[in-house]
Amino acid sequence: MADQPPLIAARGVTRILPGIVPTTLVRNIDLAIGDNEFVAITGPSGSGKSSLLYLLGLLDLPTEGEVLICGRATAHMSEEERAATRLSTLGFVFQFHFLLPEFTARENIMLPMRARGRLTLPAMRERAGDLLAALGLADHCDKRPDQLSGGQRQRVAVARALANDPPVILADEPTGSLDSKSSEQVFAILRELVDAHGKTVVAVTHDLGHAAHMDRRLQLVDGAIVSDEPQRVAAPAIS
Amino acid sequence: MSLVLDIAWTHVSSRVRQTAFAVAGVATGVGFSIMMAALMEGSQNDFMRQLINALPHITVSDERRVPPPQPADAVYAAAEIHGLTPSTRRKGIKNPLAIMASLEPWLPGAIAPSVQTKGILRYASRDVPVTITGIDPQREPKVSQLAEQLRQGTLTSLYRTSNAMILGDRLAEKIGARVGSNLTVQTSAGAKLNAQVVGLSHTGIRSVDEVTCYVLIKTGQIIEQQTGLVNEMRVRVRDPMQARAIAARIEEETGYKSVSWQEAHEDLLSSFVIRNIIMYTVVGAILLVASFGTYNIISTITHEKARDIAIMKSLGLAERTVRSIFVIEALIIGFAGGIVGFALGYLLCVGLGAIEIKSPFVDMTHLPLVYDLRHYGIALGVALASSLTAGYLPARKAASVHPVDIIRGAT
Repeated sequence: MADQPPLIAARGVTRILPGIVPTTLVRNIDLAIGDNEFVAITGPSGSGKSSLLYLLGLLDLPTEGEVLICGRATAHMSEEERAATRLSTLGFVFQFHFLLPEFTARENIMLPMRARGRLTLPAMRERAGDLLAALGLADHCDKRPDQLSGGQRQRVAVARALANDPPVILADEPTGSLDSKSSEQVFAILRELVDAHGKTVVAVTHDLGHAAHMDRRLQLVDGAIVSDEPQRVAAPAIS
Repeated sequence: MSLVLDIAWTHVSSRVRQTAFAVAGVATGVGFSIMMAALMEGSQNDFMRQLINALPHITVSDERRVPPPQPADAVYAAAEIHGLTPSTRRKGIKNPLAIMASLEPWLPGAIAPSVQTKGILRYASRDVPVTITGIDPQREPKVSQLAEQLRQGTLTSLYRTSNAMILGDRLAEKIGARVGSNLTVQTSAGAKLNAQVVGLSHTGIRSVDEVTCYVLIKTGQIIEQQTGLVNEMRVRVRDPMQARAIAARIEEETGYKSVSWQEAHEDLLSSFVIRNIIMYTVVGAILLVASFGTYNIISTITHEKARDIAIMKSLGLAERTVRSIFVIEALIIGFAGGIVGFALGYLLCVGLGAIEIKSPFVDMTHLPLVYDLRHYGIALGVALASSLTAGYLPARKAASVHPVDIIRGAT
């Protein structure tokens, strides 16, 4: 086990936005995130939390340094290789659900599975149904996003992130646009993904209450990690 | 249905009005291009049919393309000779019957001798220059449509009286002659002949009907003042399109100048090429304008769907896959426009074909139209190609968006 590379690693990652006045989003980040971790990225607004998450998720490219996914360097990957890595290894949940409005909940969840093309269509349908049922949305499979509440949509987005059974879920303020009840539900689901399903969840959050219940907390200030503390706590029950 | 096709179909089918407008634009282009092609090719075919029917497919005359070498040239090959008058050559084709007999075994068609001469037709104090063709009424129906083109009289009417003559109907109209009228024909050589009109012909080509008259071959020889003269042989072949090659072989075998109908009307045929270029340019322009509609809708969709594009890319769909979604959307519009355009084009053709033409100046009663699947294929091909181009540009732009920019903007 000691030889196993971290699921996600950052080595000297810096991201500078070019412009008349270049803006440094994150600077010199060294980081390793292993299996079955629940990591919070916190910090004040504009500290580079989301930028770091996008870099770790291969949605953005570092200006300096490199990101490794399962030990594989990604700096020289083509756009298609990065897309394929995202499809198989990473699942995304954003603050806004970003479900395709013309498709039903089930069809939205099937989207990454269809893009990957590993399962037959009936198997995809069944898996999408199972994921929705596990998230308490069994009766909402054939509803479109505009027929669901905010919390339900975000749970569908979580199910979509899990569609290809990736080992890592990257969440950018996943409870940011939800009321407190829905927020607790979604957080509990993420917690359960780590505890019961062995996933690694990396979540950007403003909510220090949620951050306090996560296993590890990275704090960013001005694009740099100022603290990286493990904080094993008891998981709250799923409501 | 594949994912790409599914998303593409969902996008276009969820924007019924916009899609309908884009499809209507392409359909209009396809429909009108089909109609134009049918009309242009129809009129071209009709003109060529008239041309082919009115005139012999091949005319063998007593001329040579290259003047025969003069005896002095043969004797003094090393020297250049100037100022000699070429030796006089007797008019007419030598041994016409022997030539016809040698051609007939391989010729895919029929051949007939004739005498071609020029003269002045005098009637009721009017003098009109005419082309007089001496024909053999037995052979003539095999080489021309003259028998069917007779408005009055028959070919055998030429035997009915001595010096009988068939006039082009417009010539008769011009001089005021009718069947039974007695005319005088005079040539530049001084020959003079009294003739009687026994029939009227109508080819539909004004330049022919205004100057042509037919007599028996024997009468033609009398006018030319040369017994046994045949200065032209006319050939009708089974496939008029082969006339050029057959004319070349006749010329090679006989040495006499053989002119196919294509060569005789080369200027007209080359004008068809120009006409077709103009037609396809106009058709292309129509479809190009239609493709702006496609460009517009695909641009609108990609603009509206920027967030979806970002999320699809963040989920792991490759740039190529995202691009193909919008290209397929453009192709769906192009294909649907093509199919609707087929119906529109066909109906336009039917509508145009139903228009009745009542004009004393033209023979046709309806517009000549050609129903050819090729026109439909070309129109659809151009529509798809222009839709592909119109869709590819915004698709490429959409696929290259940076998902982070969109996601940041949306949250």
